[in-house]
Amino acid sequence: MSSESSAKLLKEFAPQLERTSLAGKIWIGFLTGVLLLGLVALLRQITGGHIVTGMRDNVVWGVYIVNFIFFMGISYAGALISGTLHLFRSEWRKPIIRMAEFITIISLLIGPVFILLCIGRLDRLPYLAFFGRIQSPITWDVIAISTDIVGCLLFLYLAILRDLASLRDYKELKVPAWRKKMYLVLALGYTGEPEQLSRLKRATDIMAVMVIAIAIIVYSVLAWIFSVTLQPGWHSTIFGPYFVIAAVYSGSGVLIMAMFVFRKVYHLEEHITKKHFVNIGVIMLVLGAFFGYFTFSEYLTKWYGSEKNDELLIHILLDKYYYMFIISNYIGVVLPMVVMAIPRFRTINNITISAVIVIIALWLNRYLIVVPTLESPYLPIQDSREAWQIYSATWVEWSLTAAGVAMFCLLFTLASKMIPVVQVSEVSEERIGPDDLDLGL
Amino acid sequence: MAVQKDNKQEDNSRRKFLRLGVLAGAGTLAAGAIIATTKSKAEATGEKIKVLTTTGEVMEVDKNHLNMAPVGIKESHEGVPGRKFVMVIDLGKCKNARKCVDGCQKGHDLPRDKEFMKVYLLQDADKTAPYWFPKPCFHCDNPLCVSVCPVGATYKRSDGIVLIDNERCIGCKFCMTACPYSTRIFSWKEEEAFDKDIPHSPEKSTPGVEGTVSKCDFCPDLAKEGKLPYCASACPMGTIYYGDMDEDVVTNGVETFKFSELIRDRSGYRYLENLGTRPNVYYLPPVDRQYPVEGGFNGLEQDIKDRYKDTPFVKNFKGEL
Repeated sequence: MSSESSAKLLKEFAPQLERTSLAGKIWIGFLTGVLLLGLVALLRQITGGHIVTGMRDNVVWGVYIVNFIFFMGISYAGALISGTLHLFRSEWRKPIIRMAEFITIISLLIGPVFILLCIGRLDRLPYLAFFGRIQSPITWDVIAISTDIVGCLLFLYLAILRDLASLRDYKELKVPAWRKKMYLVLALGYTGEPEQLSRLKRATDIMAVMVIAIAIIVYSVLAWIFSVTLQPGWHSTIFGPYFVIAAVYSGSGVLIMAMFVFRKVYHLEEHITKKHFVNIGVIMLVLGAFFGYFTFSEYLTKWYGSEKNDELLIHILLDKYYYMFIISNYIGVVLPMVVMAIPRFRTINNITISAVIVIIALWLNRYLIVVPTLESPYLPIQDSREAWQIYSATWVEWSLTAAGVAMFCLLFTLASKMIPVVQVSEVSEERIGPDDLDLGL
Repeated sequence: MAVQKDNKQEDNSRRKFLRLGVLAGAGTLAAGAIIATTKSKAEATGEKIKVLTTTGEVMEVDKNHLNMAPVGIKESHEGVPGRKFVMVIDLGKCKNARKCVDGCQKGHDLPRDKEFMKVYLLQDADKTAPYWFPKPCFHCDNPLCVSVCPVGATYKRSDGIVLIDNERCIGCKFCMTACPYSTRIFSWKEEEAFDKDIPHSPEKSTPGVEGTVSKCDFCPDLAKEGKLPYCASACPMGTIYYGDMDEDVVTNGVETFKFSELIRDRSGYRYLENLGTRPNVYYLPPVDRQYPVEGGFNGLEQDIKDRYKDTPFVKNFKGEL
């Protein structure tokens, strides 16, 4: 029924898959360069020991853990957004849901690498399996993240299966033989028979529910790593939901950014319209309001009661980390609200700019959760060595952070070369009318 | 009846062990676990050494038949039977001589920068008196560090001691964030003292291992020999008392007290009791002090002095420290 329109769409997307422009090659070369820098930093850390990082006995976790939370966050966000939109059968989701799924799986592969960078004895990593203790939140995290990776991979695979079959059947596609073979194998003999289709839809529905549940559990477990300790600033009951909301908030920002970039690069103006930006922007607005509410509750109760160590922490946050605090907890909350609330400001560019600021704000928010708490322990830090008192990330940590971002961009670029960034099969199935897109704004 | 009698004898010998060992000093008794492995080929010297077996009996063994190698990883999971080690630190006596730090560093092959025992300059409130605060590991009865360890590298023994197996530790540092007392330190780089040829002993915390966590171990190896920990025996003021809560006795090598009476009479307390970690290190309040606080700065090297430059006491102090 839809194979003709599907073929028409494929014809439109085929150039993305078939060749890489000069700019695209330079982009890939640049990302590879950043990755090589990260490799140098990694070798430096392996040969020199963790002393080459800025982490010391007081601040034992630094930007590695911040990046870990950040990438896991946008991953869960992708899962939640794509799963929820799938279940609500929102018609307008179809051109952008693939990007959310890519974000999920790619950041989920990068996030855990950062926690590995933080581990002193990588050679003993198998001990987590040999001697694992279920009492430890790290074991919960290992179980949760591996479940999440499997669940998300399955969800993504189910979602791309029909496109893989279309690509297999699209004979005019000019790609190397190995890629044709890859499509053939990965399509698993799917032919689009009603029986296959209904099973596939059912499986996708089940996985969408699972992925939402897993994402909430996994990100709460990650939050509990912090809140089960007694540290001021971490020992908080709302950390689970706070982290989940912060994660989805940052993820909506990354999704808007991806939509903007791919719309420009692959000329998807026809499929991804202003309405998509506005709709995801509204989701971002709602999440931002929740995030602001949680942040406010968290700091208000600490500040108002002013227990001795909470007071010290608040003092550090508003003194040494003043600008970070303002950007992450004020601008990062208020700006998307202003942009989305006033129709005149609601342009694609403005929404994308506020999304970028949300992403930066959320990264800083995680930094403010991890580092200042470690800088204000119960017993005062009494050390003459400056590096031991305060944390300042070194070039090794920044290079590996940049490498993580580059890896994200590179994998996203490569994935978009293998599989269309817009879901061909679903988009072709029901062409969307302009009314479907409207959220009433 | 017979069983009871045996138990009584055992108790007596234990008590004798502690008194003898602690009061008469080093050398009279050797470590109980040591006899588990005796050198079979060595010739007898005729010189006998009294040792305590793991069941608490005292027996004599020829000196040359003793294997003085440190207790291995497996054996160091076993606490000394019938013991519950405890430390009492008299804050009124501490004058920041730092001998405890030096003695501990020497005993555990620690470089100068790494300290199992740390001395803080604390002041609870603006108007309250500042005091020196030596802080070892508290060997908590509800140790969060042990709870959060994903691989069981840090563990609590039956005698109350919390140790770290540096051959098991993966270096995730979760225990360091879980400990509210900033007790644990990390081996950020390879140190000269880290001898890879010597097997690691959690009871001695030596040799250190790069990329793993370490901390004060309460010196169970010395306790088995009837000796005080390095910090306690090094302190010129007799600030640090060490002993057995079950036996209800603590000593600093000069004076010996009933633990319960000492805590009762001198209002002993545990630091940050409200956190619920139930430490096994008790403090006696800094009353009747023999030295002024500023005396603690005498003879300190500049970088050690600099540690305390941000404390209210130093900031408000008029004159030279």
